Amino acid sequence: MATQHSRSAARLMMGPAVVLLLGWMLVPLLMTLYFSFKSYLPLRGGDLGWIGFDNYVRFVTSSAFWPSVSATLIIVGGVLLITVVLGVLLAILLDQPMWGQGIVRILVIAPFFVMPTVSALVWKNMFMDPVNGLFAHLWKFFGAQPVEWLSDASLFSIVLIVSWQWLPFATLILLTAIQSLDSEQLEAAEMDGAPPPKRFVFIILPHLGRAITIVVLIQTIFLLSIFAEIFVTTGGAFGSRTLTYLIFQRVLESQNVGLGSAGGVYAIILANIVALFLMRIVGKNLDA
Amino acid sequence: MGQIKLEKVTKSFGDVEVIPPLDLTIGEGEFTVFVGPSGCGKSTLLRLIAGLEDISSGQITIDGQDATNVPPAKRRLAMVFQSYALYPHMSVRKNIAFPLRMAKLDQAEQDKRVEQAASVLNLTDYLDRRPGQLSGGQRQRVAIGRAIVREPAAFLFDEPLSNLDAALRVGMRLEISELHKRLATTMIYVTHDQVEAMTMADKIVVLRAGHIEQVGSPLELYRTPRNLFVAGFIGSPKMNHIDGAEAAKHSAKTIGVRPEHIDVVDGEGVWQGTVGVAEHLGSDTFFHIHGTGIAETLTVRATGEVDFRHGDRIGLVPRADQIHRFDDQGLRMP
Repeated sequence: MATQHSRSAARLMMGPAVVLLLGWMLVPLLMTLYFSFKSYLPLRGGDLGWIGFDNYVRFVTSSAFWPSVSATLIIVGGVLLITVVLGVLLAILLDQPMWGQGIVRILVIAPFFVMPTVSALVWKNMFMDPVNGLFAHLWKFFGAQPVEWLSDASLFSIVLIVSWQWLPFATLILLTAIQSLDSEQLEAAEMDGAPPPKRFVFIILPHLGRAITIVVLIQTIFLLSIFAEIFVTTGGAFGSRTLTYLIFQRVLESQNVGLGSAGGVYAIILANIVALFLMRIVGKNLDA
Repeated sequence: MGQIKLEKVTKSFGDVEVIPPLDLTIGEGEFTVFVGPSGCGKSTLLRLIAGLEDISSGQITIDGQDATNVPPAKRRLAMVFQSYALYPHMSVRKNIAFPLRMAKLDQAEQDKRVEQAASVLNLTDYLDRRPGQLSGGQRQRVAIGRAIVREPAAFLFDEPLSNLDAALRVGMRLEISELHKRLATTMIYVTHDQVEAMTMADKIVVLRAGHIEQVGSPLELYRTPRNLFVAGFIGSPKMNHIDGAEAAKHSAKTIGVRPEHIDVVDGEGVWQGTVGVAEHLGSDTFFHIHGTGIAETLTVRATGEVDFRHGDRIGLVPRADQIHRFDDQGLRMP
């Protein structure tokens, strides 16, 4: 891109893509903002005109709002914690030379290819069902009363299901990071008198810092908007209603597009607050 | 402190024996260089001594104590790696202090030793930088600093200069030699560069395919190479090997004459030839001579500026007392 000519040609070439992407992002955002200031009830009279900030006030003063925010944060935090910790451990395990390494790696990645709806249904019916589920059988085998997972421990169950789905992603990214570690560094640390646990803390973990940051940031983006897992398991009941799910209920179950749009704007704000905190905590790892 | 003794040490990777039974004693305070072509097992040998690889059989003794099954950290050896292996997320200070921290020395003692090492190695101004912000030579010095602070029984260097440019290599070579003189600690140094071996070593160990070809001081190896391999490996430019009728005149299978032991004369010499490439360095002049009828190319080194050019016909006179004779096994004849 050295000359004036090639620079302007480059702009011309990139133009369509930039316009398309901008439209893709801006149109839904602007429509959300537009509807959030209107009373728009598709089945009950349609567009009933501008109502200012009423939707915003109603959404935030609803008794379901704060529980939904905390459910969202618990799910995001819980899944991040489980996937990062287990991901690091699994990555170290998979990095060891062993028989059948290729097959094992494919098996570990497999859950990521299962659709969220399908995996949630499998968990709900095959594992967590209080009568026929595998967990129920296991509990009964030890003489205990089977747990009604999705009603008694709904948030924990959803965290478990979603963690199972995202663990492969974390493992994969962390495994590639571990493989890029210079083995001479570990040998140097060994010569310097660091036993394996210290080599993990002082050499491997700092080396993984950047990869962990990437995992946390990417997963947060997707976890803030998980929906299918809740829809097919609890249907938002038993305290498992996240902000995303609440918006869904407002728009589709209550048929109130305006109120839902206001919720959407709150979701954007929440995502930005989370992003701000995350960048404060882990963002410095991204600097070279 | 720092005598290392290897007795009948072997190493196999699967069915491949990389080190056949090998005996070697490295004396206290000696600067020993393992030299050989790539793949000759010199780095493996160093890693066996360090304890980073287990030996297949035999015994390693350090200061009279059996160290064969002692883990690397307990052998009191410090190693400088080819890639330096600095910890990229730690400052230079923390890098150097790392072995002390692992040994749980108190903070004051750690600081003292780090400062000391830094001043020896001219790193005082860089203590708070990260390795990524240092030049190659500085990183090399940090790696050496990390080795020094442990006050080890011996230092192990694994081709430490091969990632540096030529000018820096000469400088670091000197610094490491000076460090050895000052600390008087045993050092084992692995290189494939015979110039490094010649300039730094008290004792050179020439290796080929895991075998020790010859052990001796640099000049011993230069003056009396035990076989053709050592003769060709030590000395730069390489020794000329001459087979056939010319060697038979000296009742040998092969004779060897170093380039610096052949004099160039204008006119008739013992051998005649045509100058191919002439490299004029000022201090020396190297001639590659063709058409001598005794070997494809002869390399000749003349001191100072000698004004022969490409295509000149010249005479060559080898110094009779500097002709090395080798028998049909490639071994030196007296």
